[in-house]
Amino acid sequence: MKRLVYGLILGLLAALMWSGLTSAQGDGPRTVTDDEVNAIARQLYCPVCENTPLDVCSTEACRQWREVIREKLEQGWTEEEIKQYFIDYYGARVVAEPPREGFNWLAYIVPPALILLGVGILIRVVIVWKQAAAEEQQLAAEAEPDEEDEYIRRLEEELQKRR
Amino acid sequence: MLADFGFGILLLTFIAALYAAGAALYGALKDVPAAVESARRAMLLTFPLISVASAILVYLLATGRFEVEYVYSVTSRSMPMYLKLTAWWGGQAGSLLFWAWLLSLFTSAVTLRKWDRDREFLPWVVVVGSVTLAFFLGLNIFVENPFARLWSTVEGIGPHTFRPAGGQLFIPQDGRGLNPLLRHPGMVFHPPLLYLGFVSFTIPYAFAIAALVTGRTDDRWVRITRRWTLVAWLFLSLGLVVGARWAYDVLGWGGYWGWDPVEISAFMPWLTGTAFLHSVMIEEKRNMLKQWNMLLIIMTYDLVIFGTFLTRSGVLSSVHAFAQSAIGPAFFIFIGLTFMLSVGLLMYRWHDLKAKEQMTSLLSREALFLFNNLLFLSIFIVSFWGTIFPLISELVTGQKITVGPPFYERATAPLFSAMLFLMAIAPLSAWGRSTVKTLGRIIWKPALLSLLVPLFIFFGGIRQWAALLGFWLVALVTFVTLHEFWRAARARQKRWGESLPVALWRLAGRNRRRYGGYIVHLGMALMAIGILGIEVFQTETQRTLSVGESVTLEDYTVTFRDLAVFDTNDGRRVYRAVMDVYKDGQYVDELHPRVDYYYDSQQPMTIPGLRSTLVDDLYILLVDWEQVSLQNSTFKVYHNPLVKWLWIGTLVFMLGLFISLLPDREPAPVRVTARSAAQPIRR
Amino acid sequence: MSENIPSVTQESAAPPRRSVPLWVQGLVWGLLLVLLAVVALGLRRRQEGHIQIGETLPEGLVLTTFEGYEYQGQGQVAFDDLRGKVILINFWASWCNPCRDEAAELENTWRYYQASGADVVFVGVDYVDVEPDARAYLQEFDITYPNGPDLGTRISQAFRIQGVPETYVFDRQGVLRYIKIGPFASEAEIRQVVDDLLGE
Repeated sequence: MKRLVYGLILGLLAALMWSGLTSAQGDGPRTVTDDEVNAIARQLYCPVCENTPLDVCSTEACRQWREVIREKLEQGWTEEEIKQYFIDYYGARVVAEPPREGFNWLAYIVPPALILLGVGILIRVVIVWKQAAAEEQQLAAEAEPDEEDEYIRRLEEELQKRR
Repeated sequence: MLADFGFGILLLTFIAALYAAGAALYGALKDVPAAVESARRAMLLTFPLISVASAILVYLLATGRFEVEYVYSVTSRSMPMYLKLTAWWGGQAGSLLFWAWLLSLFTSAVTLRKWDRDREFLPWVVVVGSVTLAFFLGLNIFVENPFARLWSTVEGIGPHTFRPAGGQLFIPQDGRGLNPLLRHPGMVFHPPLLYLGFVSFTIPYAFAIAALVTGRTDDRWVRITRRWTLVAWLFLSLGLVVGARWAYDVLGWGGYWGWDPVEISAFMPWLTGTAFLHSVMIEEKRNMLKQWNMLLIIMTYDLVIFGTFLTRSGVLSSVHAFAQSAIGPAFFIFIGLTFMLSVGLLMYRWHDLKAKEQMTSLLSREALFLFNNLLFLSIFIVSFWGTIFPLISELVTGQKITVGPPFYERATAPLFSAMLFLMAIAPLSAWGRSTVKTLGRIIWKPALLSLLVPLFIFFGGIRQWAALLGFWLVALVTFVTLHEFWRAARARQKRWGESLPVALWRLAGRNRRRYGGYIVHLGMALMAIGILGIEVFQTETQRTLSVGESVTLEDYTVTFRDLAVFDTNDGRRVYRAVMDVYKDGQYVDELHPRVDYYYDSQQPMTIPGLRSTLVDDLYILLVDWEQVSLQNSTFKVYHNPLVKWLWIGTLVFMLGLFISLLPDREPAPVRVTARSAAQPIRR
Repeated sequence: MSENIPSVTQESAAPPRRSVPLWVQGLVWGLLLVLLAVVALGLRRRQEGHIQIGETLPEGLVLTTFEGYEYQGQGQVAFDDLRGKVILINFWASWCNPCRDEAAELENTWRYYQASGADVVFVGVDYVDVEPDARAYLQEFDITYPNGPDLGTRISQAFRIQGVPETYVFDRQGVLRYIKIGPFASEAEIRQVVDDLLGE
């Protein structure tokens, strides 16, 4: 869901930048707001403070990183370029997700595969159990009781069952 | 002297626990009731013993005996008394002792119950309890001794349990003090709640193992441990929520959950535990899923131990992790043994646990419970894989990687949505049979009503499909559940002429487990509102302000009035800003975001200024400031809509759990009507 | 005792014990062992800390230097090519305050050996740093020995450093002989270590 939010924020930023660029053309390097820096920083993780997103990390190293983002933005780099720069410079650990390449694909493939396996097992189990039930049902066919009555009966039955 | 005494007591407790395990094992295998009884008494003895040891530690903490290394490392003179006391669980050694104390308390409580019908379980429950206890005490005795003192020798100053040759006792002037992150009321309660949850899962696990060993494969163990499981689940859930609240208040992330490995390792047993909680109902009602339930409780217990291991051994790096510790290898061996023994035992009994399992309808309640289990397990798989994958990757490629929030959010969001949907329809379906027709007849009214909610917010200007879907699901759960209450109350009203409130009251009194469960569901739906609010609608901005300047976010305007710097008498330097908050131009509040710098640990803490309402939270962080003039400061302002519902939902959900924990009342005589008397009463 | 209790659900006489199919057993045990192995290896990796004295220089590491801080005019320093010399590898960062305490000492020692023509090379590895601040740091201490960023944190991961500053000194055979965690206190301290190895 956060993706969506990022998308929106970025879209908004892009729009802002566009309008900013068109109005401020020729004024030299544009000024970059903290919000633009943070929008990228929150997707990065500095190895010095593991698992803390860059936008809220207060160490000196993280402050420097945010400065770099700001400079790159001022030079007109795009978000993707900046992220790639950080990956090249500091390794894949700086991004919140492993890059989709090589061995890292396993990170993305294994959970859905296991979940599908689970679904498969569940379906199989249900089929087997339904067959068992069908065989049983042939022995004892019951009349479908009236709906409202059925509810009362069920309620009552459960109340009774509570000891 | 006192520390030596404490250590001696620990040693005695350890021996008592080992004896209990040995005697129970002997008694069970050779069928010697006297040995089992002796083991039970030894188990009971551990509690007073370990209480004395804990009392000594707490006394040492309270009186600031800094020659004890643990006291030195987690307290300091300037800390308030309540923090000195709760430093009991503020560090590795003490929290292990705390854990052992809780375990001893629970195991003792359970050995005191009447065992008439379940004699054969007793020795094995004692074995599981005492082996676990002995393990934790062993860690305390051999690796992380809370009573070790600082001795000065030729090799320097270091902690030793006994006086080293030529050693001089070293008494530091002051302690290092508790980690500032832990000096928060949330942190005072979060660990004990979490440990309570963790430890109480030992009891159902112990009974499950007892059932496996003795081959008693009926659902007796499930019935005995039903309340324990609920209590464990309650504490674990509360521990997680209080932890989230602490993160929200202290970590200065603007959020409450960062999908950090340590958070996840506490969340994983919750997932399997919740699945267990649901699927045992199928076992009780339909005598199905015996194998599955065994597997779930074994997984839950193993995940508790595994999570504790991950957090404490330093295998995972995390903001929440304990300092590097030597307990890793010992813990690893214990984990290996528990995993292998439980799995081996389960496979050995696998076929004995097979029941006559059948299912009439895909919409029957048992079928929906199966889907529910699948969802919980799927979320578990994602969490587990995300936690363990960086380890694998580092081993294979030699490079570290991060698996962070986007990975988990993308994978679990659809699963959570499906869960909400199931939460809405499952309570309506009947055990055994249910068809689209029967289900449709009950659900169409609340379902139709719930559609109004997304429609309403759509025309309110919200277009994110995630929000529309999420709020629709929340509305569906809420309306369907309320409708269920209403229908049942109406039925009572019709039959016995009770007034509606009376009917509702009696309803909750009669079938507490079911209606308590519904209330828990309502609580979850409310929590989902909070989560949706922050996930979808959170906005933030950061600005550097001079005194008198303002920043605007959503409907709020925040003006920087003042920044003050002062020292406190508990060893902090505080940078405290005063912010005036205006909503739609109206002055509403004054907030004080601040940064506390702790001299003893040289660590800063960022405390947000927070204004919380039912609609939204305004959350301000002091990020940076100009050192000398204090004229310019940088602030980060978050607008977190609806977050408060997360905490409100928690209260509702606690209420629901309390209701389902209460014993059901005996049936009142009025209920024997001609109709029900004609049917045989089923017990 | 356990064997005396008849299982409640077994209605008829107990059938011969059936066991879980072998392949399932194998699979379950296999997965369990793999999991435990992963955790064990991960644990070992965390516990072993930085590389130890007696280990050889990790192979295949290349440092890309900052402009102006090349090694013999080369922008790439392959550690493998440095064998035969005494090698001192220093991890530092501009945000690291203790690093500043030893920066001047390292540079002075380097100049001393350069002047004497000793067969030793100093390499500075800049850990998780940004270039402008790193350059300012290098200029501030007027550092002249080869220096470069630790691209992808590959070098620091190979050394499994625990923090900065850390210094590793290898002998001519590429065997790690000396480790300094934290800053050097004086030039004399550095010289003593290097002289010992040069004298071999």
